[in-house]
Amino acid sequence: MSVDAATVRRIAQLARIAVTDAEVPHLQGELNAMLAFVEQLSEVNVEGVEPMTSVTPMAMKKRQDVVTDGDIADDIVKNAPMTENNFFLVPKVVE
Amino acid sequence: MTDLTSLTLAEARKGLADKTFTSLELTDAHLKAMEEARALNAFVMETPDQARAMAREADAKINKGEGGPLAGIPLGIKDLFATKDVRTTACSKILGNFVPTYESTVTSQLWRDGAVMLGKLNNDEFAMGSSNETSCFGPVGNPWRREGSNTTLVPGGSSGGSASAVAALLCMGATATDTGGSIRQPAAFTATVGIKPTYGRCSRWGIVAFASSLDQAGPIARSTRDAAILLRSMAGHDPKDTTSVDIPVPDYEAAIGKSVKGMKIGIPREYRLDGMPAEIEKLWSEGRKWLEAAGAETVEVSLPHTKYALPAYYIVAPAEASSNLARYDGVRYGLRVPGKSIGELYENTRAEGFGPEVRRRVMIGTYVLSAGYYDAYYIRAQRVRTLIKKDFEDCFAKGVNAILTPATPSAAFGIGEKGGADPVEMYLNDIFTVTVNMAGLPGIAVPAGKDAQGLPLGLQLIGRPFDEETLFSLGEVIEQAAGRFTPVRWW
Repeated sequence: MSVDAATVRRIAQLARIAVTDAEVPHLQGELNAMLAFVEQLSEVNVEGVEPMTSVTPMAMKKRQDVVTDGDIADDIVKNAPMTENNFFLVPKVVE
Repeated sequence: MTDLTSLTLAEARKGLADKTFTSLELTDAHLKAMEEARALNAFVMETPDQARAMAREADAKINKGEGGPLAGIPLGIKDLFATKDVRTTACSKILGNFVPTYESTVTSQLWRDGAVMLGKLNNDEFAMGSSNETSCFGPVGNPWRREGSNTTLVPGGSSGGSASAVAALLCMGATATDTGGSIRQPAAFTATVGIKPTYGRCSRWGIVAFASSLDQAGPIARSTRDAAILLRSMAGHDPKDTTSVDIPVPDYEAAIGKSVKGMKIGIPREYRLDGMPAEIEKLWSEGRKWLEAAGAETVEVSLPHTKYALPAYYIVAPAEASSNLARYDGVRYGLRVPGKSIGELYENTRAEGFGPEVRRRVMIGTYVLSAGYYDAYYIRAQRVRTLIKKDFEDCFAKGVNAILTPATPSAAFGIGEKGGADPVEMYLNDIFTVTVNMAGLPGIAVPAGKDAQGLPLGLQLIGRPFDEETLFSLGEVIEQAAGRFTPVRWW
């Protein structure tokens, strides 16, 4: 399988990465090189093979559903580029 | 005091305990070496004030007889580990001046045991790379050069700063992480020892995530013994990482020097590649002879799905990366590039903040997870992963204790030499190491010799799950036979 220019733009949009028209052909070439490389997986007979979900056999650990941490709003926004009163600021979303 | 930097960690530990020198003297010697080695670009941030304060504290504890297992030992920390109040960037522009308000579990355990932090080490951006050339801080120089040449070579990656700093004697050991070979390949390129422990052995909490089902932390060190000492402090159960395993951490150092008599070592025929340099083939058979001379038995084994590990990895790892890296949105931390809408803010921030390799992997990951392609790519790759793991299980079920392979298909190469036209050329560096991550197994790279140009080459030993001790015992046999290798200083 290979991707065309329109697919490259659609992937970029899904990945939320701005891509200029000039970058598309180059990206298309790189993505197709990777897709050509992984194409060999189609030779493997995977009939009846379970997809791996956990590399070490272990039961998912559970913990009590209780608050164990908190009151660190200042820490949480400390690295934010724009905040106001411990809220993150974004461009207007709802008119 | 200049030769304080040439000690192994184990030797320095003894010198500190015997009061032959202080941690402050040892730390100052390394800080001076770091200053003189800035041409290598191994450190992206030096923390001399913090290092000296930690060294003084360690000296006070040693004097009171309360020093921990790593008391006063100066270490370097890969910039993928969150360090409280010290900038942590994963060597990406998108993290900008991120200063964590918390400490990763692995590094907090090193400080608990008395270690001293010298600074943060360079790596490939988000640990995506095999040459340390994708770092936003620029490439790292390998302390090793080809004989009679002054071309600067890469130290491998992604833990290139860690490997370079340990090999150049700038720190006594370093933390590193390994998703597809990022500890073992740079260790092999720099004649250092690097171990990727079993998945779940070290907590991933506070380590910048790349591919969560593959990422593991481990040390890069000057000797097998040093690696064992460091891993004991780094490993252990952490309730904050649900994949961290709740089993006791053995005294890995006790495995050094232990007899390997009667052990069965698998030699996988699929690792013999067409066009592999004759020197690597030779080194591999030499390694086999060393282990046999120590009383181990070697047997040919087959791992039939080996060739599919790398392509399966290049679906699974980017898929997980595209999900993990969704958090870099220009809102909560790091770089923010304004846009008219929130969508534009995200797109502009991520276009500006991610380098070309990271962008490529996020995009391929997004594609293989997208509607209509998920089964064909992602689910198929996860099925292949099951088969890769089964290959190893079948091999271990036949009584094989560990598997011996070359660590890399070549020695270190020059900056800019690989991956320019086709990204896959660079990916092939990890062909011998990536299988181990796919199967969640432990793997160690140990220096074993040099090629005709005088560059170091390493051998890899792959172990059963949670049997790092066998790898340390076997690694020590190779180290004793091959000796240790130090580069000639040019920086």
